[in-house]
Amino acid sequence: MVSQHEAPIPVTVVGGYLGAGKTTLVNNLLRAAAGRRLAVLVNEFGALPIDADLIEAQDDRMIAITGGCICCSYGSDLVAALIDMGRRTPKPDQILVETSGVALPGGVASALSIVAGLRLDAVLVLADAETVRERAEDRYTADTITRQLADADIVVLNKTDLLSNEARAERLAWMQTVAPQARILPTSQARVPADVLLLDGPGPVRGTVAATHAHHHVHDAGLHASEAFAIVDTVDADRLARELIDRVAGLVRAKGFVATRAGPVALQIVGRRPVIEPAPETIGTKGRLVVICVGSPVDRATVEAAIAAAR
Amino acid sequence: MTTIFRAKRIITMNPSRPEATHVAVRDGRILGAGALPELEGWGPYDLDERLADKVLTPGFVEGHSHASEGAMWRFTYCGFLDRMDPGGKVWPGACSIDAVVERLKEADAKLEAGKPLSGWGLDPIYYENSRRMTRADLDRVSTTRPIGIIHASGHILQVNSKALEMAGMLRTGINHPGVPLDAEGLPLGELKGPDAMTPVSPLVGLDRGLLATDEWGLRQFARLCVRTGVTTATDLANLLEDEAVDMMLRVSGEETFPLRLVSLRVFRNTTVAGLIDHAVRLKKRSTDRLRLGIVKIVADGSIQGFSARLKWPGYYNGAPNGLWYVPPEHLREAFRLALDAGVQIHTHTNGDEATELVLDCIEDALRKYPTPDHRFTLQHCQLADAAQYRRMRKLGMCVNLFPNHHYHWGDQHYALTVGPERAERMNPCATALANGVPMAIHSDAPVTPLGPLFTAWCAVNRRTQSGRVLGEAEKISVADALRTITLGAAYTLKLDGEIGSIETGKRADFAVLEDDPTTIAPENLKDVRVWGTVHGGKVYPAAEA
Ligand SMILES: [Zn+2]
Repeated sequence: MVSQHEAPIPVTVVGGYLGAGKTTLVNNLLRAAAGRRLAVLVNEFGALPIDADLIEAQDDRMIAITGGCICCSYGSDLVAALIDMGRRTPKPDQILVETSGVALPGGVASALSIVAGLRLDAVLVLADAETVRERAEDRYTADTITRQLADADIVVLNKTDLLSNEARAERLAWMQTVAPQARILPTSQARVPADVLLLDGPGPVRGTVAATHAHHHVHDAGLHASEAFAIVDTVDADRLARELIDRVAGLVRAKGFVATRAGPVALQIVGRRPVIEPAPETIGTKGRLVVICVGSPVDRATVEAAIAAAR
Repeated sequence: MTTIFRAKRIITMNPSRPEATHVAVRDGRILGAGALPELEGWGPYDLDERLADKVLTPGFVEGHSHASEGAMWRFTYCGFLDRMDPGGKVWPGACSIDAVVERLKEADAKLEAGKPLSGWGLDPIYYENSRRMTRADLDRVSTTRPIGIIHASGHILQVNSKALEMAGMLRTGINHPGVPLDAEGLPLGELKGPDAMTPVSPLVGLDRGLLATDEWGLRQFARLCVRTGVTTATDLANLLEDEAVDMMLRVSGEETFPLRLVSLRVFRNTTVAGLIDHAVRLKKRSTDRLRLGIVKIVADGSIQGFSARLKWPGYYNGAPNGLWYVPPEHLREAFRLALDAGVQIHTHTNGDEATELVLDCIEDALRKYPTPDHRFTLQHCQLADAAQYRRMRKLGMCVNLFPNHHYHWGDQHYALTVGPERAERMNPCATALANGVPMAIHSDAPVTPLGPLFTAWCAVNRRTQSGRVLGEAEKISVADALRTITLGAAYTLKLDGEIGSIETGKRADFAVLEDDPTTIAPENLKDVRVWGTVHGGKVYPAAEA
């Protein structure tokens, strides 16, 4: 049994080419941290790209951010920076790694496994909706762009406000062919609902999960909704994940615990990627699942049908 | 005070006076070369007869090396080929895994308990059946002391179980292409690339950061230079932080330091603007023996590591294209800012696509900042094609090629990385010269051993280790090769007005040879014996280095 204390720190990889909006996204998340201790690792040098009003104190390589977050640059040595982060007290609740513009985010994600005490949560890749197609046809950057997008769990198609409706639809359709494995979130100013990327802190999903609890509001990334479900029966976790991914429109994320014939498991879906691991604590036979959709409301009936199919 | 050196023969590289028997030196510089009566006109002199039976050439210029070669000799040499240490001892190659293990056992027996055991120069590609080393092999040396051996390429670290355990890596769950695993899912002990090496390097005594400020290492490097006839050498990729510069200034400023070091600021840990600004500031700290102010940018990876950027049709074995080490936009910006500020850039490219990008960027920057004689240099540039050489010429580029690769890894390039046709055109020295592209050739020490005569031999013979000649048409003459390791390299560093030939006004820097490289058979050029050097008019016998 793994105690709360030893739970690995979740790491979110934020990738994408130069100018795609990685820095804006990171600043947005820092504003939405709401008490979480986020550690942000950036590849940039010189003035670290954090909005001035967020900065509490700063030296050469590290910025302390209001609310207990920090930001530092890692240059050519990401793994060393990750080792340092894991040794900090208090430990960060979550680490965000902003990759260099030419790095493959999948490569960065696999580097996480080298450092004990970390786990990959999500690979997010941003794309500038205006320029991404041109870059994806450029003789020097084409394969870098398409390989970056192919590594994504979630693609944030940014700056769509600068496009006409037709251009936006065309770009979205194209992105689906380049990154079929990912969920694609069209947005502007790199706005992504915080609960898509920020976790509840170390360890398992916290808080009360009432079957009726739900909230809806409209975001730049379209309608954003999060709903919780109680699962009373034993299910086939792999099947449940697949059913949810295939059936639920707009699903970008699901997290929770379910009972299986082999015992309780933690079930996560990030984009279209399921992660099923032994549950870190005894949850009895009562499963619970939070489903987050962007661009459409959570269709309760569809989710219930997926759960039923996995029984 | 004038000294006139008498020699058996002086090869000057000065076309109007290609040979001489005497050279007159005053204040560390050359008054003239010629016959004794011609030089007596400079006034009273001492005749120095110590070199009377030697052959002198201009001091060799190594245009792409790393001073860390010196520091490597702190560690146990584990390479496959024989290699001379700074004291002149030739370490026989360790030609099997067992031989490496035996050598490490000897070192282990002499080492205090608790200290890590570090080695370097491993190259398993040569072992029978190309068998890779594992941690079990190194566990035969010690299970209680961390052991690490850096491979010849510099990009792979070989470690034992203890080192993995101390780094928290002797566990399952690692899922990284740079960490091959055994049947139980535990790391095999080969750590490829910086991500995989980082957690372990400092534990096995191979911390990259320490090498830059290693004063002992710099002194060893200078000794190696004396033994190989080198009087000016580059240290091609240094962060040049204040502490390192202070040390280098102090050491190189000593009266008897036998080397002119050209240290380049590598593009790392800063912005493009910060890089160019730092180079401008560094230039002001230059002295005669420590030249600063040039910038090095790495555009792609290596061909044998499949991380170089190749044009179509890519790698012969179908490996995916390599990665950009710097975004093309940053390269474009760096070239513009550098031309505007008068800073010279040397760019590492290995693949032909990386070379193409640099040519595009320089063309773009030159349109904005027309600069005659910028001498921006392509380093390695191993796979460039003939059309690219024609562009280099038009754009005023220089090239520094890596012929040692043919000998060390040519067979692998032929069979695996780029295939027969492109392996034959790698490092095409003849094409560069035919197109009038100013050229140097290099060792990239410590990747291959420092030794301009060996590098010249590689360019002249293009022989692989198995004996295959790779690219008959790209061989160059001994005369061209000798010019390349002197004036050629000096030109790429904008030092050809000061060094690279033996003529009036230049620095009195000579390579002192026992044999005549112009009369020995070309296939034996590498066997020319180096007696030592003269640097700034001071005689440095290798035997005393
Ligand atoms: Zn190098």
